[in-house]
Amino acid sequence: MSLPLVVLLPFLGAIAAPLFAQGGRTAIAIASSVPALIALAALYPNWQVLADGGYVLYHQEWLPALGISLSFRLDGLALLFALLILVIGLLIILYARYYLKPKENIAKFYALLLCFKGSMLGIVMSSNLLLMLIFWEITSLVSFLLISYWTHKQDARRGARMALAVTGGGGLALLAGILIIGNIVGSFELDDVLAAGDQIKAHAMYPVALTLVLLGAFTKSAQFPFHFWLPHAMQAPTPVSAYLHSATMVKAGVFLLARLYPALAGTEQWFYMVSFTGMATLLIGAYIAMFKHDLKGLLAYSTVSHLGLITLLFGMGTQLAAVAAVFHVINHATFKASLFMAAGIIDHETGTRDMRRINGLWRYMPHTATLAMVAASSMAGVPLLNGFLSKEMFFAESLELNLPGLWAWLPPIVATLAGIFAVAYSARFIHDVFFNGKPVDLPVYPPHEPPRYMKIPVEILVFACVMVGMFPAISVGPLLYSAASATLGGDVPDYKLAVVHGLNLPLLMSFVAFFGGLLMYTQRQRFFDFHARFKEIDEKAVFEAVVSRLATFSHDLTGRIENGSLQRYALLLVLSVIAVAAAPLMNVGIFVGELGLSPVDLPTAIAAGVLIVCALLTAFLHRERFYALVLLSVVGLIVALAFARFSAPDLAMTQLSVEVVTIVLLMLALFYMPSWTPLESTRGQRGRDALIALVAGVGMTLVTLAMLTQPFSSISDFFLENSKTGGGGTNVVNVILVDFRGFDTLGEITVLAIAALGIYAMLKDTALTPPPGDGMGHPWTRDAHPMMLRQIARPMLPLALMISAFIFLRGHNLPGGGFIAGLITSVALILQYIASGMVWTQERIGIKYHNVIGLGLLFAIIAGAGSLAFSYPFLTSTFGYITWPVVGKFEVASALVFDLGVYLTVIGATLLALVSIGRLSPHSAIKPKKEGV
Amino acid sequence: MELVFALVIGALTSSGVYLLLRARTFPVVVGLTLISYGVNLFLFSSGRLATGGQPILGSTESYSDPLPQALVLTAIVIGFAMTAFVVVLSLRNLADNEDDHVDGRQGERPEKPEQKSEEERSQ
Repeated sequence: MSLPLVVLLPFLGAIAAPLFAQGGRTAIAIASSVPALIALAALYPNWQVLADGGYVLYHQEWLPALGISLSFRLDGLALLFALLILVIGLLIILYARYYLKPKENIAKFYALLLCFKGSMLGIVMSSNLLLMLIFWEITSLVSFLLISYWTHKQDARRGARMALAVTGGGGLALLAGILIIGNIVGSFELDDVLAAGDQIKAHAMYPVALTLVLLGAFTKSAQFPFHFWLPHAMQAPTPVSAYLHSATMVKAGVFLLARLYPALAGTEQWFYMVSFTGMATLLIGAYIAMFKHDLKGLLAYSTVSHLGLITLLFGMGTQLAAVAAVFHVINHATFKASLFMAAGIIDHETGTRDMRRINGLWRYMPHTATLAMVAASSMAGVPLLNGFLSKEMFFAESLELNLPGLWAWLPPIVATLAGIFAVAYSARFIHDVFFNGKPVDLPVYPPHEPPRYMKIPVEILVFACVMVGMFPAISVGPLLYSAASATLGGDVPDYKLAVVHGLNLPLLMSFVAFFGGLLMYTQRQRFFDFHARFKEIDEKAVFEAVVSRLATFSHDLTGRIENGSLQRYALLLVLSVIAVAAAPLMNVGIFVGELGLSPVDLPTAIAAGVLIVCALLTAFLHRERFYALVLLSVVGLIVALAFARFSAPDLAMTQLSVEVVTIVLLMLALFYMPSWTPLESTRGQRGRDALIALVAGVGMTLVTLAMLTQPFSSISDFFLENSKTGGGGTNVVNVILVDFRGFDTLGEITVLAIAALGIYAMLKDTALTPPPGDGMGHPWTRDAHPMMLRQIARPMLPLALMISAFIFLRGHNLPGGGFIAGLITSVALILQYIASGMVWTQERIGIKYHNVIGLGLLFAIIAGAGSLAFSYPFLTSTFGYITWPVVGKFEVASALVFDLGVYLTVIGATLLALVSIGRLSPHSAIKPKKEGV
Repeated sequence: MELVFALVIGALTSSGVYLLLRARTFPVVVGLTLISYGVNLFLFSSGRLATGGQPILGSTESYSDPLPQALVLTAIVIGFAMTAFVVVLSLRNLADNEDDHVDGRQGERPEKPEQKSEEERSQ
């Protein structure tokens, strides 16, 4: 249980610590230290298990279907990183207390720092790869916020964006890699993945998975060619640089290499990709570091170089190299973090980080100078300091690589060369800053020692450098052994931690590097002149240019496709549908299936002919809108007949009543609109559209023909068999609507209700003045509500209502039901509106249609929920029979209540829509001349 | 019979698509209505064409497929709701832009490459 607590604590601290901001910087620093202290105490009891090479596991299911679990694992490797994160984190908190100025937002800083600490602990302690990836992404995000902590600086914002783009992109690659690995292994749990190393390496997808995982690791650990984000991340406050960008976050990449070492390493692909990337990074970073005049820039490139060294060690693939890599992780974290802190102190006290101006600081801050010099010597690999030990192991391993022929010389030469550069830039850090004459034009003069407690973190880290350097076996021996054992899966080679291994080749390489580096530093002006001949590439400018070019490109592309013309969108839509359908249709061609064609009877043929002619005429005559509407209504009526002809009485009735309502609706709309369409398109456009329409029509014809002549099997036998016994009705269509698929119907009447309310809302505050005439010079008739119509319409109402009640009640057994009855009632009411006007009718109906819609939905839901009361699923219906005195035996089904809901919703929605449109016109206020009869 | 039915659907689709591509709202609405007739007939016919096979139990020997019918019944009603919504949208467009062009108010419409090239030719 202690493991998830360790990860969770810093996050809790991030919430709690800002509460102490009122108490000043010391209070919040103390509060921020608490989670790490508790975490250290919680980790301590596990040490004995780990020292014996075991590990502690915590497992909690989270999303088992996706393979994500909340599982944490503490082994030697995780412990080593956790200690680095926690201990250096504590020192950073103390350091930042003095580094940040009182007016800066310290609460935000500490909260972010703690978030980062929690997510970093999450990465190293996750036992589920997907869980680890989540923490991995959090570190990228928090790093973004920390780099851009000084939000007013443009460089900081740009640097942060670049870091996020690179590490975030790598995170995506890593996700893909992890998914592939999980797919191969069948599990994302670390235990399973590490045990399945051979299976993964033998799999065909191994190279892809490896490349993707390495992309994630290399971007995070700033490996060439992704190294450029790290120097620009140095715009962050120095505690962040020391913590995230030297000691912990950039180590997440190499941690991943170590973590997945048993699963992925040991192949040729691993060797070449990892070791050559590491070699390139090692050399390039060390070379550029020499020419940086910015203190933090020098340290940043040095960090890139050391990360390359660790990567190269992992890439070598030998067990000893892996031990050396883990060892160098510790050593680099200690000396580099202390150097960053020293650089921060110098920046703080002199106001600049430019080494051309900072000189001779030894006279002003001897204490800090001593600490920085020791740490820098460790970076250079001076004996008796920890950097020397791991570098020595690195030199030894570089000689062991089995490369063919002359290639075998490459690693030791690269190693020595990088060693020379490292000594040179370390010498520059020492000599140029603390000696070399007097300071030049410092913004803060004279510089002096920082506050006492600001130096304590540096002292502790430098002390660790010395202790490890002089007594390696005692100080880090057990921890290193347990971490190496966890990395290598328990298979630790014999290695000796000693200061001197006797006179051998690696020692000689160290000597060459040391004196070569000093020589190089003394001759530095020549190298500077040589380097100045090359134009320096500003990665940030390149990156910004690439980003802005991409943005412009996508903007242009979007503008070209999405130019705001709906007419054009419709064209593109139709064309893409045709394009998608074209290829499969080409294969079908004119296809007549085995059912063959049935004979045509004359009435059907005539009706079909009329329909086709009317449909085509609608298109031809569409500019005369009224004619188009009349032709459209003919088409709709014949469609209704077609339903009746082909055994669908319910559909025929629905289509008929919908047709009436639709035409009334379009007539109403046409009343406000121009009654003819102007000729705007060119002949070419019309021809093009006609061609597209023809292609679409031919396509639909072929599809329909092929479908209709194919035999098929349907699930409808179930409905036919169970309609009477299960649903209590003989009209199978209606039983499907209100019972079998009742939930669908509920959704559909909800859509209907939403559409009607949307119409109401759209027209609520709109006024439209209809044109004075029909557009051809004919004024509207002055008799808005002719008497004949009025006289016929009024007696129709009770008749129509009675019919709709009849249709509604019989719907369960004979054609009819809620939809049809609702439409009939609507038509009857609309007729009254047309005949007698809005005001007259509304006065007499006196119902708000919103309420009818609401009531309808309520009925439908209550009918469905009723079954819940009897612990049946939602919308289970029941039925029984009662005998009414006059009517006789009568069936009552609970589905009838549901159908009543459908009925009411249809009425409410239809009338709300039409009345909303009708109300637009000022004419709607006109009352019929004679009230009543 | 199947061929006639297929031709009917083809004619509805052709006319509908042609009208859908017009520049004014009213023809577009009419086109959508024609297309929805075609689509409804098509979906309905996925239960094949049967004569005298209405799915009312006890009324006939063999029944036609009731499921497409149930689907199309709701499709007709929803189609009506959609038509009404689009009609009102076009009325609102008319009220706001004093124009029934699908691309909005005159003078604020995106340029058309065809028209542009004609203007250039005339220059």
